[in-house]
Amino acid sequence: MNSFDELSIKEIVNEVPDGCLLGVPADYSGVPMQFTKELIKKGIRNLKLYCLPLTSIQGDMLIGSGCVAEIEAAAVTLGEFGLAPRFSQAIEENSLVIKDSTCPALHAQLQATEKSVPFMPLRGVLGSDIHKYRKDWQVIQNPMNSSGIKDEPILLLPAVQLDVFVFHAACADRNGNIQIGRRRELATLAHASKKVFVTVEKILDEDFFENELLAASCLPALYIDGIAIAKNGAWPCALPGVYSADNKEMKNYSLAAKTKNGFDDYMKRSLSI
Amino acid sequence: MIENIKREELLISQLADLLINDKHVAVGAASPIPGAAALLAKEEAKFKNKRLRVTILHSNKYNNFTDGARELFDCAAQGRIDTFFLGGVQIDGQANINLVGTGEYPKLKKRFPGSFGSALMYFVVPQIILFREEHSPRTLVNKVDFISAPGISDDNVYRPGGPKYLLTNRALFKFNKKYKKFSLLNLNHNETIESIVDLTGFKFDIDENISEMNKPDNKRIDILRNQIAPMVAEFYPEFTKKIWNI
Repeated sequence: MNSFDELSIKEIVNEVPDGCLLGVPADYSGVPMQFTKELIKKGIRNLKLYCLPLTSIQGDMLIGSGCVAEIEAAAVTLGEFGLAPRFSQAIEENSLVIKDSTCPALHAQLQATEKSVPFMPLRGVLGSDIHKYRKDWQVIQNPMNSSGIKDEPILLLPAVQLDVFVFHAACADRNGNIQIGRRRELATLAHASKKVFVTVEKILDEDFFENELLAASCLPALYIDGIAIAKNGAWPCALPGVYSADNKEMKNYSLAAKTKNGFDDYMKRSLSI
Repeated sequence: MIENIKREELLISQLADLLINDKHVAVGAASPIPGAAALLAKEEAKFKNKRLRVTILHSNKYNNFTDGARELFDCAAQGRIDTFFLGGVQIDGQANINLVGTGEYPKLKKRFPGSFGSALMYFVVPQIILFREEHSPRTLVNKVDFISAPGISDDNVYRPGGPKYLLTNRALFKFNKKYKKFSLLNLNHNETIESIVDLTGFKFDIDENISEMNKPDNKRIDILRNQIAPMVAEFYPEFTKKIWNI
């Protein structure tokens, strides 16, 4: 008997309002594709995506479907399958606001929220155009004199709290703890989000906390607001340790999405399954 | 000498030569050639009774991290990574790199993926190797359209790391931090100083020891094709299919 009420994917979708700041995991980290397609079906609008630190087909599909107003990311790419075509076109047409960032900054902004401190310092970045265009970032002089560098400038990044974070994982236990393996950035995203929903391949009738190894690699239920079962829920993306990416389908998408019409046809087929 | 050495194999071999003094090499996103080079250098280090640690971010098997995607950056900032590879849509004569796009930001003419972790890695990893296959005036430019990470910094900026080399499919340059300029070190066969000058959008010096690029010997090609290629297939399947048909 589970100690939580299982949700449907539609119920999770209903927890994601128009205009919210949505956490997006990287392509190696449990991409919730089934959920994403339901979100597109619902016709969600004006999403702000916060990618940790990048997105692939998930972000590109949401952008191509007109669901996204703004994106903060270190990269949007289909990896071996080339540029993310809907993203690139949206930027070239000026129909998408982008807060260009760099991976460690995206991590640090969430880590600040994990600790409930207002900002986090980060080395590097100074002198880049990333910094030049980020009006929400500030530079101070290192007040600690710890580096031995006179007048050392250092970058401060604001804490960012997500409204909702949704990811896909291999399994939950009967108490709603989620196995995330070594993908600890999923924990960072969850800690920094007001609401967290997870789709899983299966729910196991066991308690991860009875086993030291399983306990160490799980995200505790206390951070989770709802769980739904989605078989093959990351497809065509990989689910680490469970299945690899469907490279054939990724290629199909990368070719179809090169044009707006090709993308629309692909999505029509993809959403009607 | 083995005939039919592929262009990619030559580049892998040339990058591997730059890793011989390292203890830990890390490889980031979209980098099949650097990934293969790092694994090759690791295999060859064994012949000299040395150990090279290789971390490949996009692999499950060759990834040494357990603390999430941020661990690469924390690890690099702690000085635990000796060499990292960065690319660029454009690279300029002061070693500024652009991974964002061409045209005027933010409404670019052509948008590329983005800066990834370059804006920190370029500052903290002692040996950054810039790697860009295409050697042309559109990739090697006088001034980049967008600085994802700067090649040089003011003296009061914390910066133990930075650019050391730039490898293209035509030449190897060394970056001279003092003069803030590249110098031409090696030429691929069929290239001349004049052909490189013609195809490079920035001004550079000529190293006094300029020479032709080393080619891999039979033993190295054998290791690469038989041992390294199947390893790379785990994390870059499309690349290995294209190059080695595996």
